[in-house]
Amino acid sequence: MSGDESELLAALRAGDEAVFARLVSEWSRPMLTLARGFVSTQASAEEVVQDTWLAVIKGLDKFEGRSSLRTWVYRILVNTAKTRGVKEQRTLPWSSIAGADAGPSLDPALFQDAGDAQPGAWRAAPAPWPDEAAVEGSVLAGEVRRELREVLDALPERQRVVLTLRDVLGHSSAEVCRMLEISQANQRVLLHRARTAARAGLASYLEGES
Amino acid sequence: MATALACQQMVELVTDYLEGSLGWRTRRRFEKHLRGCDACGRYLEQIRETLTLLGTVPVETLSPEAQATLLAAFRDVR
Repeated sequence: MSGDESELLAALRAGDEAVFARLVSEWSRPMLTLARGFVSTQASAEEVVQDTWLAVIKGLDKFEGRSSLRTWVYRILVNTAKTRGVKEQRTLPWSSIAGADAGPSLDPALFQDAGDAQPGAWRAAPAPWPDEAAVEGSVLAGEVRRELREVLDALPERQRVVLTLRDVLGHSSAEVCRMLEISQANQRVLLHRARTAARAGLASYLEGES
Repeated sequence: MATALACQQMVELVTDYLEGSLGWRTRRRFEKHLRGCDACGRYLEQIRETLTLLGTVPVETLSPEAQATLLAAFRDVR
């Protein structure tokens, strides 16, 4: 456990409500995303996160600090979520990458085929995006954020969970593999398909704009 | 000399490239293609821009009511 985490743990054990409130507010974001990967509804995921925090409150004194505080909390979360997922008869095959995850991630029609002059080359280069899309605070940036939210919601479950943990919440690939108990290779397959879909969704939105 | 990568192969290698998980030979072929292909350069830029924009998407946390309930539970036990 790092020094920061020892302080955090000491504060929690001493009953520091401000520290607890901040942790609940911050960590519940990734925790909800993670829980959503194992149970069938958002409401169910919220209950899993609440049950996890209750277990954390009760278990604080027994926690021995052999893993990081965060790892311990996430492990309780994943176990709680999995148990609940089984009850809801819903289990995503996190360890096997199959069917929908195979094959090209980007529409093959965008590329020349065997009968064309340059098989595998772009038929037309991707259209440029308006610079304003990247300008924080611009009207377009706000629209783009909403569009991305829709793209995320439309992604297959496992891809959405991985993309949200990695690129929206900023967790490292090692952290995400540990949280979901999946291999680096499987994580990369899901991440790749999700990123490709996110960019494609954004592209069709932005090209419709200009 | 290995054959050149096609654009369609490039787009499937983008994540491995950004994650630093390409073998050095493939990485070299990837970068070589990139130097000569504006379309793939733009694609890679758009992927990067997408990642930046994803970082600005708000993610829900627990409702204020649920957070208040938990805080009360914490107060009771601690």
